[in-house]
Amino acid sequence: MVEALNKALHQAMEADDRVVLLGQDIAQTGGVFRVTAGLLDSFGETRVVDTPLAEAGIVGCAIGMAVYGLLPVVEIQFDVFVYPGFEQIVVHAARYAWRTKGELPASIVIRIPFGGGVRAPELHSDSPEALFCHVPGLRVVCPTTPQDARDMMLAAIEHPDPVVFMEPKRIYRAGRKEVTDDPPFPLGQANGAPEKILSTARIARDGNDLAIVTYGPTVPLSIQAADRLAHERGIEARVVDLRSLYPIDVGAVTKAASECGRALVVHEAPRTAGLGAEVSSLIHERVMLDLEAPVGRVTGYDAPFPQFANEDDYLPSVDRITAGANKVLDF
Amino acid sequence: MTELLRYIGDGAGVPDREVPDGLAEKDLIELYRWLVLLRTFDERAVALQRQGRIGTYALYWGEEGTQAGALYACEERDWVFPSYRQNAIGILRGVAPSTVLAWWRGYGGGHGFYNPRDHRVGPICVPIATHLPHATGLSWAAKIRGDDVASLSWFGDGATSEGDFHEAMNFAAVFKVATVFFCVNNQWAISTPISKQMATATVVEKAAAYGMNGIRVDGFDPIACWKATKDALDRGRNGEGPTLIEAYCYRLKPHGTADDPNLYRDESETAKWLPHEPIGRTSAFLKRLGVLDDDKERAIGDEAKQTIAQAVVEMEAIDQPGREILFEGTYATGMPWTFEEGLRELEEVDRPPEVKPLGPQPGPSTGDHAEPKPGDPS
Repeated sequence: MVEALNKALHQAMEADDRVVLLGQDIAQTGGVFRVTAGLLDSFGETRVVDTPLAEAGIVGCAIGMAVYGLLPVVEIQFDVFVYPGFEQIVVHAARYAWRTKGELPASIVIRIPFGGGVRAPELHSDSPEALFCHVPGLRVVCPTTPQDARDMMLAAIEHPDPVVFMEPKRIYRAGRKEVTDDPPFPLGQANGAPEKILSTARIARDGNDLAIVTYGPTVPLSIQAADRLAHERGIEARVVDLRSLYPIDVGAVTKAASECGRALVVHEAPRTAGLGAEVSSLIHERVMLDLEAPVGRVTGYDAPFPQFANEDDYLPSVDRITAGANKVLDF
Repeated sequence: MTELLRYIGDGAGVPDREVPDGLAEKDLIELYRWLVLLRTFDERAVALQRQGRIGTYALYWGEEGTQAGALYACEERDWVFPSYRQNAIGILRGVAPSTVLAWWRGYGGGHGFYNPRDHRVGPICVPIATHLPHATGLSWAAKIRGDDVASLSWFGDGATSEGDFHEAMNFAAVFKVATVFFCVNNQWAISTPISKQMATATVVEKAAAYGMNGIRVDGFDPIACWKATKDALDRGRNGEGPTLIEAYCYRLKPHGTADDPNLYRDESETAKWLPHEPIGRTSAFLKRLGVLDDDKERAIGDEAKQTIAQAVVEMEAIDQPGREILFEGTYATGMPWTFEEGLRELEEVDRPPEVKPLGPQPGPSTGDHAEPKPGDPS
């Protein structure tokens, strides 16, 4: 995924010289996860900028640049580090279009590597995506496959609205997959393609007995759990990879829940007021009479993300997802 | 304490200085016209609030020189970013005064907002100091594009305590951006005096900590505000980076129409500052120069009154915006399905769906709910 994101940034910067990158340690070192490696050499220090260590300044300057007409892509080094920039995202990036009659959106992309499972020190493993989904004016997305990462990054940069781009750091380097060279749409003349790419879910595994709705790092785990259910119980679970966290592809979610009759939501973030609560509500509000059981949830706990010696106890695992699925199946 | 840059004397012990190069007679008159227009807007807005025709309003009475003086030093292509204290600055750049009044009346969408690109004026910024990084980012972007465009942001003494002030100043200095940080030090942040806001004797000395130029001016002197800004912009355009300007003055009025300064400060102190207010002082100065006379002064005042009166008429002619305005403009790409759902819910307020009884009601009918008609399934 790291290389796919790098490829997308490379392609976007080549296609449009208004694209600039801002972040901590992104130029000389290529970012702590190397997502921006090599871009300094290709595009120079005016467009690939190592900034001072100040997230409000980074996001705030990016907004000012967007007002002038640039297309800034901001890297937040780790999930939790976004909080100093949170005010800028909430009160300005999200509201600039609204505050300007819809005519001047803050067209920025905020990249946030998020989530646990990488044995990191305290406050390097959070999943803050629900906070952004609660802010009107933002688009919130999360790719899972390298191909999606490339295509969604290109779409996010070209999309006029501000996009919070959640990057699941646990699967940054989860195996190599080929990514096409051709962009998913002709760059610079998008014609609504970015909107479609950033608002549709993906069926990551087919099945008709149980819908597992998830995104990001828990997509591969949910597929593994589905395979185990098929092996152990002959149950075929459909795994829905949301991709867009706001707005949710409600059609894909309710279709899966309705056709399967049972649904489970899986994410790493804490449970209360998380995406799972929203997905569960959407399903119950729209297709409750098609359900054989209440929608289940397998999530992180309403506790601080632990020191990493215990992170496997906190994170949804294949075992926990399978157990959660069995509860819904045996209701 | 750093000396204040000042041009306008008091007509007695404090002498006038020669008008700086770059301000011809027509400029002085135009600048005075701007001051009067701002003052007229502010006074009218307070009256409108008292009459319940607009909502709570944040006054800038006495700070017109910091606004008009600084803006007059900017080129048309330069961008300015106001806080709510400079809420009417846009009217000097072509924003309809009725739009600003409508904003204070609680109107959004096309009624209360403007497109900043049409005027190179940022939106009215409510949260303190958060617009400073935008000004930095904007002129940084211009620098990246090779454009000769500078920016300026206004903020108060209280804003210097915010992290965004620090981050915006630091970024601007590190990347040598052509931006001007214009601090209107009126010594009060609602009830908090400057002595509780900072331990430094001045605001301007903070410039040194960022490696940028700083200058302290008499904030009641529009000419000084103009000169300091002009020099700062010239330096910025020459690649010398940003400047912090401290416009030292005093908040002569309440923070806003809902504020009562008697609760926290001695208003006899305010009275001592009152003779320094910029309109009377500039008028007297221009008369000493022979640039302005009573007739011209009256004409400028009448013209401003007429402009703002017309704006009030226009503002009050706007119909209460419809409910669909809740969703308008939030996304440049149109409405997500969640908004469409919200609109449907709003429609149901007018046309509620038929209410079906939950089931057989125990006891005799109270007559509050519909009797089952013959043939209805029960």
